[in-house]
Amino acid sequence: MLTKRIIPCLDVKDGKVVKGVQFDNHEDVGEINDLANKYSKDNADELVFYDISASTKNEVVETAWVKKVADKINIPFCVAGGIKSIRIAEAILNLGADKISINTPAIENPELITELANEFGSQCVVVGIDSYFQDQQYNVYSRTGDATTRTKSNKLTHSWIKEVQDRGAGEIVLNCMNQDGVRNGYDIKQLLDARKISRVPLIASGGAGNMDHFYNVFKSCNVDGALAASVFHKNEVPIKLLKNNLLNRGIRVRI
Amino acid sequence: MIGVVDYGGANHASVINAVNNLGFEYFISDNKKSLDDAEKIILPGVGAAPNVMQQLQTKDLDAYLKLTEKPILGICIGMQIMYEASSEGNTDGLSIFDGKVKKFEPRTDKPVPHMGWNEVRFNKTYSDLSGYYYFANSYYADVSEQTTAISSYGDEFSAMTSINNFTGVQFHPEKSGSLGYQFLQRFLSL
Repeated sequence: MLTKRIIPCLDVKDGKVVKGVQFDNHEDVGEINDLANKYSKDNADELVFYDISASTKNEVVETAWVKKVADKINIPFCVAGGIKSIRIAEAILNLGADKISINTPAIENPELITELANEFGSQCVVVGIDSYFQDQQYNVYSRTGDATTRTKSNKLTHSWIKEVQDRGAGEIVLNCMNQDGVRNGYDIKQLLDARKISRVPLIASGGAGNMDHFYNVFKSCNVDGALAASVFHKNEVPIKLLKNNLLNRGIRVRI
Repeated sequence: MIGVVDYGGANHASVINAVNNLGFEYFISDNKKSLDDAEKIILPGVGAAPNVMQQLQTKDLDAYLKLTEKPILGICIGMQIMYEASSEGNTDGLSIFDGKVKKFEPRTDKPVPHMGWNEVRFNKTYSDLSGYYYFANSYYADVSEQTTAISSYGDEFSAMTSINNFTGVQFHPEKSGSLGYQFLQRFLSL
């Protein structure tokens, strides 16, 4: 049976791993390779590297560190941030990344999802969705890496989830912005709705503060993976303990 | 020397890193004369069946791979093209393994691609290496008499298929942590 994935997300800004509260006030938490090695040894199931400076500043993800990570770790990893073209995606995959994740570029050019899926296969193409509950509905936001550039798009989360699958996305990371960084738990209601319309793997993001939050999102929403950053970086939820805890409560994870 | 087959433009970095980290010498080639110098050959797990088969045919590697007596390891798509055919683009394969490759039917409780760590149970040579391996596949082959490891996603499927000098694995040993490295070490050392 396929196991549920525990995915540390390393938000990278100017070559350092950072994570702030509700996307603002970023603070350095460590070197990329030190954290990547640590998580690999702790039995993390995969890693996501999200260059949050790229989409907001119109820069391409700086790739030197991608190769360094690929040379060292032997679990899957995904790179996100500013991937706007086939050429950029190819460069990153050729350095050893397993998947690329697009968010803002997918909103601004939805055809890119199809092009990437046709070129590299759906299993390489992750679409990240930043969803914010406002005016009684879930709206998709773009350029969320920086508070000054954050923009409400013209898309509603529900229909965007359907569209990205139709266009060839092989996985969806749904980041519930209202929960992000506040550690009150994943947005169960929204993720449950998303699960009902997702035929591709669905990854929960935003809100993890303790082990119960991981248990709840797997138990209630049957998501395929749970992504988190600060609780892992600050070692408040050690991954080995988390996975033992989940296994003891009947959630299938790889130990 | 380990020969890694180049399908053109595909991402070989993960396989090469693994072979290199395990201390084996390797080269990458799409030329059958060069591949003839290899002791073992790896068909890496990147790309889609139609493109991969087209590349092999263009380079005149399809017949070569089918007839070689060298140990060959096909990973993911590299395994799938060893079957008679794949429903991915209605592609004819190398017909080394019996049977056809088909697509998982997606459901919200069984999303496709089948992505993540799944349990693999080997019989024979690798039985002590049974455990969790990383998969990223939308297509699969049924369990058959040539199946040497089983995994399950809704139904059981062939995680490893073997005949004579040919081995195909649906999982990615190069991305399966220390257990995956042990598997590769075993194959490359045998």
